Amino acid sequence: MNFFNLLRIALRALQRNKLRAFLTMLGIIIGVASVIAMVAIGQGSKQSIQQQLSGMGSNMIIIRPNSNISAGARLDATSVQTLTLDDVKALQKQAAHLSAVTPLASAKGQAIYGNNNWPTTIQGVNPEYLDSIRQWPLQDGIEFTDRDVQSQNKVCLLGQTVITNLFPNGENPVGKYIRFGKVPLLVIGTLTAKGESAFGQDQDDVILSPFTTVQRRILSTIYLQNIYASAIDENSTTAATDEISQILRTSHRLKPTDEDDFAVRTMQELINTFSSTSQLLTVLLAVISGISLLVGGIGIMNIMYVSVTERTKEIGLRMSIGARGIDILLQFLTEAILISITGGIIGVILGITSAKLVTVFLSWPTLVTEYSILLSFLVCFITGVFFGYYPAQKASRLDPIEALRYE
Amino acid sequence: MSNQKILELKDIKREFRMGSEIVRALKGVTFDVAAGEFITIMGSSGSGKTTLLNTLGCLDKPTEGTYLLDGVDVRKLGRNELARLRNHKIGFVFQAYNLLPRTSALENVELPLLYNQTISAKERKDRAVAALEAVNLGDRLDHTPNQLSGGQQQRVAIARALVNEPVMILADEATGNLDSRSSYSIMALFQELNAKGKTIVFVTHEPDIASFSSRTIMLRDGRVMKDSANENRKSAKEVLAALPQTEDY
Ligand SMILES: Nc1ncnc2c1ncn2[C@@H]1O[C@H](COP(=O)(O)OP(=O)(O)O)[C@@H](O)[C@H]1O
Ligand SMILES: [Mg+2]
Repeated sequence: MNFFNLLRIALRALQRNKLRAFLTMLGIIIGVASVIAMVAIGQGSKQSIQQQLSGMGSNMIIIRPNSNISAGARLDATSVQTLTLDDVKALQKQAAHLSAVTPLASAKGQAIYGNNNWPTTIQGVNPEYLDSIRQWPLQDGIEFTDRDVQSQNKVCLLGQTVITNLFPNGENPVGKYIRFGKVPLLVIGTLTAKGESAFGQDQDDVILSPFTTVQRRILSTIYLQNIYASAIDENSTTAATDEISQILRTSHRLKPTDEDDFAVRTMQELINTFSSTSQLLTVLLAVISGISLLVGGIGIMNIMYVSVTERTKEIGLRMSIGARGIDILLQFLTEAILISITGGIIGVILGITSAKLVTVFLSWPTLVTEYSILLSFLVCFITGVFFGYYPAQKASRLDPIEALRYE
Repeated sequence: MSNQKILELKDIKREFRMGSEIVRALKGVTFDVAAGEFITIMGSSGSGKTTLLNTLGCLDKPTEGTYLLDGVDVRKLGRNELARLRNHKIGFVFQAYNLLPRTSALENVELPLLYNQTISAKERKDRAVAALEAVNLGDRLDHTPNQLSGGQQQRVAIARALVNEPVMILADEATGNLDSRSSYSIMALFQELNAKGKTIVFVTHEPDIASFSSRTIMLRDGRVMKDSANENRKSAKEVLAALPQTEDY
């Protein structure tokens, strides 16, 4: 019997029991729809976290001072002062895997313009920080330069949150003088909006100034809070991390037995941590949905057994007019696969629709991936074959005489 | 009518094992059938008629003895080869018609051809229509079994048995569920097919029906009691014409 005829016979049999076929499919439909929707939710959240993290600069490496245990007391990280400008220079000179290095000094305080006050953070950095490390374009104005850093010029760039609070009337801040604490600063540019970081921090609530300006004029210290660097590309972040450790240990004259007095964190590590968490979530959701698919498969098996029993006489008749065992087997197998695949198609459509609805009504990010659709179809096919096989085999092994006699 | 032997049975035995008991349904049956014969197998209930017919139809294999169908020793064949033989050489007609429910007459008749790979969809349909026309149901192609009378359903079943152009037709109490008028008209059809050269083996327990055949084999308790040619064979058409015209089914 050729494939077309098999399909026709199977369709015919399902048509005769539409409601039953649909109810049998329902298990598969719900299973597939939930797999698709759940994986879409998992993948969507993974993607959005990844995007947020990459938005912070995917090659970024942050070096912090580390609290060495001194006199038995572990000190708060911000009060530990082990990083200096010499470290920055050493890194700039020696590190082969870094494309940019900048010191970062930050201070909290009041930004003031006219009658408007806004508590915010000022960060002192080198010009590389914007382009190479954070990939953060300006909205308006110009960036400060190395000369501004050398001369400790009192210039700054404003983040969008600061702008909304200091310039609520929509004035253009460029060219205006603001004050940070007592220090007057000329606004030479504005930053584009970056939104929240993956940790829920408002990245736009910031003022950027030349590093020296913040260090000397505001903080009056020679130590640095952070060093920010950028690896040449995403793949060399690990090599860059090792290199940084070596260089800093040398420049800090640490003995081999000494602990690092600094800590190196890469964005890549963070991305990986978050990705693996959401990957776990995706797998978990997929497994739960997979179980419902299994239940659907058992439903198919159940109905196919019922169907074989009901149609024993038909099977006997078909055999008596020349159907071979394999013809009967394929007939029932086709029916089972047809149920599962049709259920799969409806399930995929339903799954995609519900993923879209979740995005529209709950504004959760969702991402329907091709592989989840492909996988669902594959699983449906296998479910059909697997759960359809035993009933079909039972049918194919019936004795024609007994089957004909069956009432 | 040629004298070529189409069936040869030699000492056929069939035993069924029922737990510890052995039921001997056939206890050594021997006879030949020549091409073009119209045979009725008679006998009381339980005498082994159905068992014999199932053996002839390659649905069942004898426990002992040899059975040659068209010169082929059936005992040596596997399940699939038997299926092929049934498909190509044999047409079955059952007492209970055994049509697929909710399936049109045409599709019911097409069924055997579905299991014959060499036949195209178009040929399948053409042959099914021709077979239904041959049983006078050319105007009922789209009717489903529940829209047909018992006699008509049995005609569809006969068309189904004819459609693959078998060398013989086997019928098990094919008139058993029918009133006498329908029975006669079915027998008239069988006689017509026989006149066209089809070999027919017809199981019945009604002597009345047996009188339409050319030869009768009497079974009793799994053995052939009597095997004789019918001297005064009746024509079912004439008997049908002689019936009073009151009931019009
Ligand atoms: N599958 C079977 N298992 C056990 N006994 C059977 C089976 N088929 C037939 N028989 C027995 O064989 C004998 C002949 O049965 P059957 O050929 O059906 O008779 P008939 O058709 O002449 O009424 C009966 O005694 C019946 O009980
Ligand atoms: Mg019987």
